[in-house]
Amino acid sequence: MSTGMLFALVGALLFTMGAAGVALPGAPLRRIVAFNVMGSGALLVLVGLAQRGGGVDPVPQAMVLTGIVVAVAATALALALARRLGAPGARAASGDDD
Amino acid sequence: MTDPLPWLVVLPLAWASVAFLLGPGRGAVLAAFGVALQCALAFELAARVQAAGALRYAVGGWGSPLGIDWYVDGLAVLMLGLTQVVALPLLLYARSYFGHAGAAGRYFWPLAGFLIGGMNALFVSADLFNLYVTLEIVGLAAVGLVAAGGGAAQLAAALRYLFATLLGSGAFLLGVALIYGACGTVSIELLGPLLAGEAPRAVYVAVVLMSVGLFLKTALFPFHYWLPPAHGGAAVPVSALLSALVIKASFYLLLRLWLDIFAPLVQPLAWLPAVLGSAAILWGSWQAVRAEHLKLLVAWSTVAQIGYLFLAFPLLATQAAALDAVVFQTVSHALAKAAMFAATGVVIHVTGNDTVAGVAGVAQRLPLTLFAFALAGVTLMGLPPSGGFLAKWLLIDAALAEGAWPLVLVVLLGGLLAAWYVFRVLRQAFLLAPPTEVAVRAPRLMEWSALLLAAASVALGVRGIELARLIAPVGAS
Amino acid sequence: MTPNEALPLAVLASSLLPGLLIFALPEERVGLRTTLNLLGAVAKVVLIAALLAGVAAGEEYGFRYRVLPGLDLVFRADALALLFVSLSALLWFFTTLYAIGYLESGPHRSRFFGFFSLCVTSTMGIAMAGNLFTFFVFYELLTLSTFPLVAHRGTPQAMRGATVYLAYTLLGGTVLLTGIVWLHSLAGHTDFAQGGFLGVLAAHHDATLRIIFVLLIAGVGVKAALVPLHGWLPQAMVAPAPVSALLHAVAVVKAGAFGVVRIVYEVYGVEFAQALGLLLPLAVIAAITIVWGSLRALFQDDLKKRLAFSTVSQVAYIVLGVALFGPVGTIGGLVHLVHQGIMKITLFFCAGNYAETLGIHKVSQMDGAGRRMPLTSLAFTVAALGMMGAPFTAGAVSKAWLADGARTAGMDWAVWVLSVSSLLNAAYFLPIAWRSWMRPGPRVWPQEHIAARGWRETPWLLLLPPLVTALATLLFGVFAHAAWSPLSWAQLIAQREYVP
Repeated sequence: MSTGMLFALVGALLFTMGAAGVALPGAPLRRIVAFNVMGSGALLVLVGLAQRGGGVDPVPQAMVLTGIVVAVAATALALALARRLGAPGARAASGDDD
Repeated sequence: MTDPLPWLVVLPLAWASVAFLLGPGRGAVLAAFGVALQCALAFELAARVQAAGALRYAVGGWGSPLGIDWYVDGLAVLMLGLTQVVALPLLLYARSYFGHAGAAGRYFWPLAGFLIGGMNALFVSADLFNLYVTLEIVGLAAVGLVAAGGGAAQLAAALRYLFATLLGSGAFLLGVALIYGACGTVSIELLGPLLAGEAPRAVYVAVVLMSVGLFLKTALFPFHYWLPPAHGGAAVPVSALLSALVIKASFYLLLRLWLDIFAPLVQPLAWLPAVLGSAAILWGSWQAVRAEHLKLLVAWSTVAQIGYLFLAFPLLATQAAALDAVVFQTVSHALAKAAMFAATGVVIHVTGNDTVAGVAGVAQRLPLTLFAFALAGVTLMGLPPSGGFLAKWLLIDAALAEGAWPLVLVVLLGGLLAAWYVFRVLRQAFLLAPPTEVAVRAPRLMEWSALLLAAASVALGVRGIELARLIAPVGAS
Repeated sequence: MTPNEALPLAVLASSLLPGLLIFALPEERVGLRTTLNLLGAVAKVVLIAALLAGVAAGEEYGFRYRVLPGLDLVFRADALALLFVSLSALLWFFTTLYAIGYLESGPHRSRFFGFFSLCVTSTMGIAMAGNLFTFFVFYELLTLSTFPLVAHRGTPQAMRGATVYLAYTLLGGTVLLTGIVWLHSLAGHTDFAQGGFLGVLAAHHDATLRIIFVLLIAGVGVKAALVPLHGWLPQAMVAPAPVSALLHAVAVVKAGAFGVVRIVYEVYGVEFAQALGLLLPLAVIAAITIVWGSLRALFQDDLKKRLAFSTVSQVAYIVLGVALFGPVGTIGGLVHLVHQGIMKITLFFCAGNYAETLGIHKVSQMDGAGRRMPLTSLAFTVAALGMMGAPFTAGAVSKAWLADGARTAGMDWAVWVLSVSSLLNAAYFLPIAWRSWMRPGPRVWPQEHIAARGWRETPWLLLLPPLVTALATLLFGVFAHAAWSPLSWAQLIAQREYVP
């Protein structure tokens, strides 16, 4: 088995674990971490499978970078929501942390 | 006039950024002007597509594989037009609505701009990875809109929505990764011939992952669990935008993929969406019939109406009318649902009560709004003359031609259930209400924008032929 | 657009536009609203007079508008359409007068008259529909525009009646839609044609066409109140009197009956329907409805309910006439479409007058009403005699042609049905007349709203319409063979349907 395939399989495993964590009920923070595991898994698959050809393919690298940016943004939003939900007096919350 | 397409993506992002810089609650006028301009651009683009056929762009001149490609055909330009046309009255409505609702509107304008910009980019993206990115932009902006200025219940709904949408786009991303691994490209144009023959097994997994991810984002039964709290709990203009447009974005993507590159692979699966769609129609309608709260009723109706979009899937391969039916349902539901949420918002604003029982007497106090609600209801029930009726007719016609009787029965039953929940509200509205001392006046702008949207959904039933003409090349290819 | 295309559209517009304007009027603009109403009604009558003259001379009026490829809205003012159109337009005019008087001080008049106009527009659309698609569009519009009229009072009781009405008609509409789309997918179009357009499909699709026929007839049968689909009609009696008059005489039940006529003659074609063996079952259903409606009417004490069941019975005469294979029965059925409308609207006007003036709602309260309200009671009696088929009334003409039709078609049992029904009609109408004329009145009326002023037992706007329609009942009976009578027109139609 090539290294790339190994990466891809680990990525798939991570994705499955992460997806289960996001889908199943739990504390928001736990689910946010699970989402990051899931996202990393998907990106790992992307990089892993693309390496089969031998040489370095720049396209997946660019995709992974973009994917990381998207994941960071989503995580930030999720954290902001979770924090506000947890804050005392969530109803009156008017923070500027969107 | 310069090329309208880049402006359709740049303009909303631009006014959204300016609105953000202006500070909380500002930017309404800017947004209205921006969307009005986008409307004109979308129509200009539609005229060009109709004249010259599908258009292809390389953004910034880079071209694939590293650059971004755009591709606009009849279906894409239809969605672009629909989005701007529905958004314009809703933004005017929102301006009046948030004038009264204080904190809830603080971040509405920038988020709405990012949402519309994201959707416009989604409709024209020509490669799977860009589609993923735009899908995320739309999802994150939508979650932000649901959460903005809400209480605990609304935040919880937003968080639930966020996890659902992240899960959906995560599955989509994994699918993209598998396809790239198998085929070495994510360009839809290049993938076409690659997937037409014998596709590797990984591609099948990718197709399933991406489809399920999009089912989840489109809230197809049984993945609809996140929709009623999110759409039922958000501020009214947000619910309207979400129910009318956002779910259509992911649906558009699914339709596009199933019609185009996935078509050779999904034939054996084509009945699955129809079965889920049938369940959505029956379950969603039944929940709407039982709903106590007005906005929840409308939100459950969305769950049901999404089902109709999927009923046509087994017929798409053989019946040209099936695609027409899907398009008519998409457009008329977008208009009617936006109108219905808008009308509901007026009712809640004036009566201060968001239960179905609280509607009593509205026929006397808010005839215009009730008329808008009723017209939107006519479309949802699929009664003539309305876009919803044409959709229903085309769907039944296509199903009969295939001998697919179960679909016909589901369509008819769904129409009756829709009549049940719509008339539940209407008959309550006709009841004589005890006189109230507090007379809250209905804002004119809100009433008229609701009526305008509802009237458009009905008028579609009379002047629908342009729509059919616009998508005709897609159906032929 | 040529004048011959524009004229049918103008007929639609003459009630649609006033209706839309009236919606926008504030409640207190009584004068403007009345002007708009009457302007529309008069314009419509004039336009239709022009159409009548043209069609009699052999002109063709029609308009086609493409909604989607293969799906057209078609309007066609042929002789059959005009029969229904002119009935509706005339009765609309009188009902408008009556409604203006009736709702003088009631609430929500703008809403009422707006939907009232929409309702008439839908009826016109049904009458002039040139294919089943157009027919269905207006058939459902009629349902939607009558719901607010039935629910007008806003009481829980009104809502219950309106809900039952809606449940029946929407179910009927769904069944009808199934049949129409099915037919459309088989034949590729649904355009009405003299002698039907399904004959070409005959060889392969006999069984399917029979099923579709059942679906179509069941769909329109709901509005035509054929037993067992008639349950909504007595429930819808909670509506204000002008609405009941409109529902029963002109709009809703007639739309159903008219649908039966179109389906049998111009979709299937009467020969083809006969060949498929569909006419006899239809005749049997009509006969059952005739007898059942009359029997139920016999036991109603509520005046409007008695009239409602009488409608159930009388409308089935039209269906029976259609189902009798042969031109004579056709003429009987078609002429009854007009005659029943005239007579039944008279009865409802009168019932409304009794309720509005004296508070009489029940047959048992009718004692002496004739002496207090002689003109109303005169109109009522004339119309009731017409319903029984007494000589010199319009009812006699239609019953005679129907009975002749049954005999020539070799269905002698139908003659018996007609006779039994006439006896039953007499049994439930004569006691009312007897009570009102012969029995002494009570010292105090149940609720006397309007005092008599000289010969005006009630406001003239309430009095004039029933008197005119009662007079018409007599005229159509006595001068049945005049050049422009409904009978002559029905003969013209039958001639065109049977001699292609």
